[in-house]
Amino acid sequence: MLRLRALAFERPTSVQDLTERLTQQGDAARLLAGGTDLMPNLKLGTVQAATLLSLSALPSLSGIRRVEAAPLGSHDAATPQQALELGAATTLDVIANHPLVQRELPALAAAVARIASPQIRNRATLAGNLCVDTRCRYINQSELFRVALGGCLKSHGSECHVVPGGQNCVAALSCDTAPVLIALDAVLALTGGADGDRTLPLADFYNTDGLSHTNLRRGEVIVAVRVPVQRPDVLVTYRKWARRHSIDFPLVSVALRLETETHGETTRLTGGQLVVGALGPRPRIVQLKAFVGRDLDATLATALGALAVKRCRPLPNLPYDETYRRRRLGVETQRAVMALIVMGPAALPARHGA
Amino acid sequence: MDNRDVETTPGRPLPPRAPAEVAQTSLLRFVLNGEPVIVASPAHWSLLEVLRYQLRLTGTKQGCDKGDCGACTVLLDGRPINSCLLLALEVEGRAVQTVEGLGVGGTPHALQRSFDRAGAAQCGFCTPGMLMSAEALLEGKRARGDTTIDTAEIAEALSGNLCRCTGYTKILSAVADAWRATS
Repeated sequence: MLRLRALAFERPTSVQDLTERLTQQGDAARLLAGGTDLMPNLKLGTVQAATLLSLSALPSLSGIRRVEAAPLGSHDAATPQQALELGAATTLDVIANHPLVQRELPALAAAVARIASPQIRNRATLAGNLCVDTRCRYINQSELFRVALGGCLKSHGSECHVVPGGQNCVAALSCDTAPVLIALDAVLALTGGADGDRTLPLADFYNTDGLSHTNLRRGEVIVAVRVPVQRPDVLVTYRKWARRHSIDFPLVSVALRLETETHGETTRLTGGQLVVGALGPRPRIVQLKAFVGRDLDATLATALGALAVKRCRPLPNLPYDETYRRRRLGVETQRAVMALIVMGPAALPARHGA
Repeated sequence: MDNRDVETTPGRPLPPRAPAEVAQTSLLRFVLNGEPVIVASPAHWSLLEVLRYQLRLTGTKQGCDKGDCGACTVLLDGRPINSCLLLALEVEGRAVQTVEGLGVGGTPHALQRSFDRAGAAQCGFCTPGMLMSAEALLEGKRARGDTTIDTAEIAEALSGNLCRCTGYTKILSAVADAWRATS
């Protein structure tokens, strides 16, 4: 039986009220949205909090709507881009089943539908998933286990059991939404920090410190996630491998973005990236510049699979053999390319006979 | 060690724990199995703990207590959730249904009857959670006006409930039987 330690429960009634309390209380307070990651972590003692700030009285943080936003990296507001704005506290179940998300961002809908279990998706929220604590086979254990081991960098100790002699926690980013949302160029809308409202590309949201792997500032909260609607020639997919199809966190996690152009019968690569999760605290982004001009075919799939294996090395930080995970990453990447090749032409006007 | 994400920063101490004597308690009002209830709930109790240890409704089982097993599944406004992961104070003003609300007046619910007939319960510990996930699936299908059911959607709906006895086969067929018996 796992129980919470005594704590205070507060229910702020506005976002400003929330960020003020968060600023005031700092690390002693934690946001409680779905609680599906926070509650087990509090019960196991890997996270501690004196106060939980519930988001249940803040319905403005939920919902999905279409917006026009300036494209990422461009200050040219005159050519706005269609985007979906997903409220930070929108539940994963709503996102996976929302017609707008399924139509405009099918890769996101599919990735979200693979997270945890139906029960958890009914409570868990999008921003909560982005902020899921990093995981490691030496941390996500009972206190007894951790103490018997002498602790580690993330749990009352000073020794890393993954990287002998390592002074930096390398617990793995274990959320399913970050890789696919980075591949979709998502931008976070933040509020409550010292600089007030700001936006931050999701690709810049994570750092390499497993103890505190997000770049949220004191008092800052995610308000919404803006995801540009992709051009039809941009193909995105996400693949996750875990021991079971449901419930489990990813052991291998890769999102693939292929930017293409089609002339007649041939489709070529013009750019793209691999975004690999479940390695260290930050997703690894591998650009595909060296492959520009290549045809979308099985040879490209094999080459990108080999690239993933070469550029990413899973650590012994998750409860599965890291050599297998590395090979599996190559296979999943290869399958992602093949899935996009099969799916891609349907999305391309030239292959529609148009 | 050649992972490029690794940099060296020193370990950071965890924030201090809340003192054990802090036990904020609030009156919690919600609708339980169709009846309004008011109960005193400590701030750090889960809905599962309030159901079992304050309200003495022990039909909802306490398994892993961290959202893996689904034994504690109850319906919150008609949707299945893990009651071990939900702070009790979060259900203020909402509707909760537990396995005790399934069969009324000593008459088993169609799902309970079909689980019995199909031999879908062995030790029975996962059964209340299975029943609640299945109930949410069948009620959702009725609300949408669906007329057919397939094993894949039952398996998906029950994918957050673990069973270590049955091998699931009889549970899947029991849910399909209950659907046929009631539609």
